[in-house]
Amino acid sequence: MIFAQIFFYLFAAILIVSSVMVVTSRNPVHSVLFLILCFFNAAALFLIAGAEFLAFILIIVYVGAVAVLFLFVVMMLDIDFSELRAGVQRYAPIGAVVGIILLLELVMAVGGWKIAPAAAGLRMTPMPFGISNTDAIGRILYTQYAFLFETSSVVLMVAMIGAIVLTHRERTRSKSQNIARQNARQPADALTMMDVPIGVGVKQLGILRPDAARTDPALTAPGPKVTLPEGDAVAVTHKPGAH
Amino acid sequence: MPIGIGPYLVVSSILLVVGIFGIFMNRKNVITILMSIELILLAVNLNFVAFSGELHDLTGQIFTMFVLTVAAAEAAIGLAIVVTYFRNRGSIAVEDVNLMKG
Repeated sequence: MIFAQIFFYLFAAILIVSSVMVVTSRNPVHSVLFLILCFFNAAALFLIAGAEFLAFILIIVYVGAVAVLFLFVVMMLDIDFSELRAGVQRYAPIGAVVGIILLLELVMAVGGWKIAPAAAGLRMTPMPFGISNTDAIGRILYTQYAFLFETSSVVLMVAMIGAIVLTHRERTRSKSQNIARQNARQPADALTMMDVPIGVGVKQLGILRPDAARTDPALTAPGPKVTLPEGDAVAVTHKPGAH
Repeated sequence: MPIGIGPYLVVSSILLVVGIFGIFMNRKNVITILMSIELILLAVNLNFVAFSGELHDLTGQIFTMFVLTVAAAEAAIGLAIVVTYFRNRGSIAVEDVNLMKG
């Protein structure tokens, strides 16, 4: 018992101190890291209270997902955080006053409070003996609270779709495959049939590939013009823009 | 539960007050405000779990799980809004959010 108390006060002290650091830290990255420390210590307090499953859910969901999301956003956005902290000295007294008033109210509420003797008879789901915490939660989560469980899954899906809709944008610079356009492509759109007389190089005809002609201006210099008679098509070149 | 419910209530009260103080103190920084909201929800969860352990009632732990779900959804949506806002305006200062004033 004394070990449990020692560990409770240790974890509670670290929890309070790190939560204060979350709020007052200058660097938001430090804030996020202190938030992670907060969650770890809160998970330890959950363990002491006997909620093992929730302790590990807290670590997995919060430290593994939410805190990493915070860290990602803090590091992705290019923000001058020192500018955002400009009014801290101005706002801190108001916050302190509100916090102290709230704390006094909480002390008054908690100080004269005790559990009613009839509370034990009002329990909705008493903890069963002999099975683990995870087992007990599973037994009532999927039976008695199945509707709320499904509702929370809907909440998560709405959040997922909302986050994707909010942050998704079309990338105009990236290249992607357009299958309908590929299938609708005809040979006449992409090919030019030309006649090349024997002994005349492609450079003299000026039927180089457009890319090569653009990069090397020497190749685009007009050579001896050859008039091509209509006839059998043998040379093939690409039209720019048809793909 | 080896500890009484009193220390748990004190810890969660202090955590709640620190979270509210954080909202007042970082009035301009949305990301820190979101982190303060996470702290407040953590205090709520701590209360739920403490009462659940004290009264031997599992409903508190079930509701803690739902609070976790809502908090995760809130963080995801909030950060998505922050990212979109930063993309549009180049800043996340809360005091500049007055486009809807008309």
